[in-house]
Amino acid sequence: MTELQLIKVGMADLNATNEDRILRTTGLGSCVGLTLFDPLHKVAGLAHIMLPSSSIAREGQLNKAKYADTAIPELIDRMLQLGANKGRLEAKLAGGAQMFSFNTGNDMMKIGPRNVDSCKEILAQLHIPIRSEDTGGNYGRTIEISNDTGMLTVKSVNKGIKEI
Amino acid sequence: MSLFNQLDDLKFDVLREVGNIGAGHAATALSKLLDKPVDMKVPQVRIVEFEEIPESVGGAEEVVIAVFLRVIGDAPGNLFFLLSRDSALSLLSKMVGLEHIPSDEDWFDLNEIQISAIQEIGNILAGSYLSSLADFTQLDMSPTVPSMTIDMAGAILSYGIMQFGAMGEHAVLIDTSFYDGTDRVEGHFFLIPDPESFEKIFSALGVPHE
Repeated sequence: MTELQLIKVGMADLNATNEDRILRTTGLGSCVGLTLFDPLHKVAGLAHIMLPSSSIAREGQLNKAKYADTAIPELIDRMLQLGANKGRLEAKLAGGAQMFSFNTGNDMMKIGPRNVDSCKEILAQLHIPIRSEDTGGNYGRTIEISNDTGMLTVKSVNKGIKEI
Repeated sequence: MSLFNQLDDLKFDVLREVGNIGAGHAATALSKLLDKPVDMKVPQVRIVEFEEIPESVGGAEEVVIAVFLRVIGDAPGNLFFLLSRDSALSLLSKMVGLEHIPSDEDWFDLNEIQISAIQEIGNILAGSYLSSLADFTQLDMSPTVPSMTIDMAGAILSYGIMQFGAMGEHAVLIDTSFYDGTDRVEGHFFLIPDPESFEKIFSALGVPHE
C-alpha cells in the first residue's frame, strides 16, 4: 500500500481535505483533536482545539481554529466547500487530557476536560453525532484521520495505537 | 495586550538573569547530588509560536521525563524540569545504581524506586530554582507539589503555555539547559511566567514597565 500524503495540522490550527490524504496532529495534551468526516463524499477535517470558548479571547485578531466554539463552525464551512454534506458529518474526538494532577484551584489547569465538554456541547447544538472518542486520562496523543475511511488512529506513548 | 512588543533588550536581559539565578542554584544542587560539576548554558528567553514549542525540545513526539510544578503567589507561572531518556538513565545509574540499560519496551516500567528517585531529583532542582528566584525578586513564589510524567514533549509543554492561549499565538519561555560534560546528563528548565506575571517581575527588579 502506498503511503498517503500527510497534511500536518499544528496547534490551534485546522484543515480539511477531499483528496487521498491523511490529516495528522501531534502532541495533543489538554488540547482536543476534533475530526469530522463525510463518509459519502470522502471529506475529512481536523481541528487542533486549544481552548473551550472564544469568549475568553484577548487577542486582537481571533484565530478561529483555537477555540471550540469558533473552530467547529469554521471546519464545517471548509468541508462544505470541499463537497461535504452537513447532514452526513460524523465527529470523533481525542485528547483533552489532564497532563498533571494537583489542586491549585486554577481552572486553567483543568482545561482538558473543559475542552472536551465544550466540543460536545457545540456538536450537539449543530446536531452532529459523535461516532467515537478517546478523551481524558493524563497522557498525550498523536492522531491521524484518513479521508478514505474516516478511521481515526490514536497513538500514545504507553497505551500503544488505537483505531477508533 | 502587547507584552511581546514591550520586551525590549533590557527586559530580555532581566529575564535571562531570572533564568540564570534560578537555574544556577538548581545546577549547583544537582552538582552536589552527583558530586561532580554541572555546567549551564546561557539562558535563552524565547518568544515562541505555539507551533514551534515542541521543536524547542526535539519534536512534538519526542518522549521526555518532565517534573512540573505550578508557581503560585505574586508572580504565578509554570516551571518544568525536562530530561531526555538518555539523561534520565544516566542520572538513575549514578543516583540509585540502576545497572542495566532498559530496552525501549521496559522504559515505561521503571520501578518505584527509580521513579521516586527521578521525582525527588526533579523536586529538589525545581524547588531550588524557585526559592532562589523568590529570594532574588523578593516576590512570594511558592511551589505546588510537583508532579511527574513521561510523555510526548509537545503534549507536556503545550499544557504549560495554556495561559498564553487566549492572548495570541506566542508564549514566552525562559529556557536554561544544563549538561554534565562527561556523562551526557542533559536537561532543561523551562520557566513560563503567566502573562500577567511579567509586570510583577519587572517591577520587583526595578525595570520600568507599562
